[in-house]
Amino acid sequence: MTSTLSRTEAPATPPEETRPRRGRSDLTFRQRLSRFDVKASPYLYISPFFLTFGVVGLFPLVYTLVVSLYDWQLLQGQGEFVGLGNFVEVLGDRFFWNSIFNTFSIFLLSSIPQIIVALVIAAVLDQNIKAKTFWRMSVLLPYVVAPVAVALIFSSMFGEESGLVNNLLGLVGIDPIQWKHDTLASHIAIATMVNWRWTGYNALILLAAMQAIPRDLYESAALDGAGAVRRFFSITIPSIRPTLIFVIITATIGGLQIFAEPKLFDVTSAGGIGGYDRQFQTTVLYLWEMAFFRQNFGEAAAIAWLLFLLIVGIGMINFLLSRRIASAETRALKKRTAKRLGEHQDRASQGLVGEGAGVEDRGNA
Amino acid sequence: MTAPAQTRIFPVRGPAALPRRRGRGDRPGFLAYGLLSAVLLGSAYPLWWSFVVGSGTNATRGETLPLLPGGNFLANAATVLGAIPFWTALANSVIVSSVITLSVVIFSTLAGYAFAKLRFRGRDGLMVFVVATMAIPTQLGIIPLFIMMRQLGWTGQLGAVIIPTLVTAFGVFFMRQYLVDVIPDELIEAARVDGANQIRTFFHVALPAARPAMAILALFTFMMAWTDFLWPLIVLNPTNPTLQTALAQLQSGYYVDYSVVLTGAVLSVVPLLILFVAAGRQLVAGIMQGAVKG
Repeated sequence: MTSTLSRTEAPATPPEETRPRRGRSDLTFRQRLSRFDVKASPYLYISPFFLTFGVVGLFPLVYTLVVSLYDWQLLQGQGEFVGLGNFVEVLGDRFFWNSIFNTFSIFLLSSIPQIIVALVIAAVLDQNIKAKTFWRMSVLLPYVVAPVAVALIFSSMFGEESGLVNNLLGLVGIDPIQWKHDTLASHIAIATMVNWRWTGYNALILLAAMQAIPRDLYESAALDGAGAVRRFFSITIPSIRPTLIFVIITATIGGLQIFAEPKLFDVTSAGGIGGYDRQFQTTVLYLWEMAFFRQNFGEAAAIAWLLFLLIVGIGMINFLLSRRIASAETRALKKRTAKRLGEHQDRASQGLVGEGAGVEDRGNA
Repeated sequence: MTAPAQTRIFPVRGPAALPRRRGRGDRPGFLAYGLLSAVLLGSAYPLWWSFVVGSGTNATRGETLPLLPGGNFLANAATVLGAIPFWTALANSVIVSSVITLSVVIFSTLAGYAFAKLRFRGRDGLMVFVVATMAIPTQLGIIPLFIMMRQLGWTGQLGAVIIPTLVTAFGVFFMRQYLVDVIPDELIEAARVDGANQIRTFFHVALPAARPAMAILALFTFMMAWTDFLWPLIVLNPTNPTLQTALAQLQSGYYVDYSVVLTGAVLSVVPLLILFVAAGRQLVAGIMQGAVKG
C-alpha cells in the first residue's frame, strides 16, 4: 500500500488546485506511480469481464458462423466447407418453418395476454391498497419456480385424461381438450406456463413505472371529469410507455427462446422433441434436436444464426414501432402536460396545491 | 417529461422518492381485492396442487379439485430419491449457482464502478458494446461452447456449466447504472486527495455504496443460474446433473407416475421458496428498481 504515508499527511495539505503545478520531469516516483495507477486501474477493473466475455461470449458467436459454413457432425467433427449450404438446407426444411410458426404462435399467445394482464395487475397494485408488500410478493411467487418445475407441474395439469384443467372444464360442460395432440391447444398450454411465471414479474416492473407518475396529473384529470378508465388510457399508458416498450422487448427476446416448456411438455411421445408431430416444437428446441439428436452441428449453427437474426429483426421492428407511436403520442401529451403543469404551478404559487413542482426532473432517471 | 421519446433501458426508479398518495377518496373497493385474490389463487394453487397430488397417488391427479394433502409424500419422496441422484444434483446446483453468483457480482461491481466513475479512453464505446451484447441470446453460442468443452475434456464436469456464465453483460450494466447515481464524484475526489490509491478508493468508497445493488444482483444471478436448463442439459451427463436436469429425467419413460414427478417438482421448488420467504421483499424491490430478465 503506497498510500499509507501520504494519507497521514493529507489533512495538512490543502486541496490540489492551490498547490503549484510542477512539470512532468519533477514528478517523484510515487507521483508517477499514482499517475500510472489512475490510468491503468480502470482497464484492470474491466479486464476480467472483457477477457472472460471474449472467450465465452464473443468467440462462440463468431465461431458459430464458422461452424455453419462447414459440414460438421457431432462425432466426426469438422468436415468440408459447404459455404451457405447449411443455410440453404435449413431454409428449405419444412421442420424449420414449422418451428418458426410454433415459436411465433406461442410467443403471441404468451406475450399479448401477459402484458395486458400485467398492466391490469399493476394498475390495481398502484391503488391505495392495504398490505402492499404482501400482494406484491404474491404476484411474484411463480417467478421463483424454475421453468423445468413449471413444465412438469403444468404438463401434468394439462393431462388429456384426468388432468386438472380438463376436469375443471368438465364441470362447466366442456369436453376434454387434447392439450398434447392438438396444435393450438398445446400452444395455449405452453403459453400458459410462460404467462404463469412471468406476468407478475412484468406487473411489478410496470407498477414501478406507474408509481413514478405524478399524482397531481390524476387529480387534475379527475377534477376535469375524467373517469378511471379514461385516466388509465390518457395518463397511465402514455406515461409508462418507455417501460412498456422495455417490457415488450424483453418479452420478445425471452419469448422467442422458449425451450424447457415444450421440451418437457409431453416427453412420453417422441422423446421430448415437441410432440409426436412436432406440433409444439419451438426453434430453440429444433436447434437442440438438430445438434444433439441428429448431431448435425453445421445445420444447427445455421439455425442459431437465423434465430439470432430473427430476434434482432423483431426487436428492431418492435422498437421502431413503439418509438414511433410513443413520439407521436408524447408530443400530444407533452403539450397537455405542460399546460396542466402551468396551471398547477400557478395554483401552487397561490398556495392552493402543495406539490406541483419538480415534475420535470422525475422523468430523466 | 423532457426526453420522453428516448427509450431508456433503465426506465424505472424506486418508489422511495415519490410523493405520497393521499388517502382520501381513492380507497379501492371489493373489486381490487377480489382481483388480487384471484391472482394470488392462480399463483399459489398450482404449487399447492402439486403438493396435494405429490402427497397422494396417481389417482389423486384425477380428482377434480383436490384440496387436502394425503399421506404419501414421504413415500413418493423416497421414490424420487431412488430414481434420480437428487442429493448430488442439489449439491451441484448449489455449487454452480454460488460460484457463478460470486464471480458475476465481483467482476460486475469492479467493471461497473470503472464504467460509472472512472475516466478512461474508450469508456463510452466499451459501454455501448456491453449494452449491445445483452441482446445476444445465449443459445447462439452453445454449439461452439460445446465443441470447446469437449476438446478440453470438460464435458460432464461442473466447470463446463460454470464457465460460460462467469460474467454477464447485464451485471456490468446493472452495477454501472446503480453506481453512477449513488456515489458522488466529490467522494472519490476526496479519497484521492486524501492519498488513497485507486484500489483503496474502490474498497472504501465504492464497495460500501454498492452493497445494496450487489445483494440484488446476487439474488437474480443465483436464480438465473439455479433455473438454467438448456446448457446443463447439453454439457452434463445424467449421472452428474444439476437439479433441473435431474428433475427432467423423472418424466422420461413411457409410464409416468405423476405423483412422483410432482413430488420431485415440489422438492426442487423448496430451496427457492425458502429464498423467496427470506428475500421476497428484496426481490420485489430489485425488480421495481429496474432489474430485468437475466
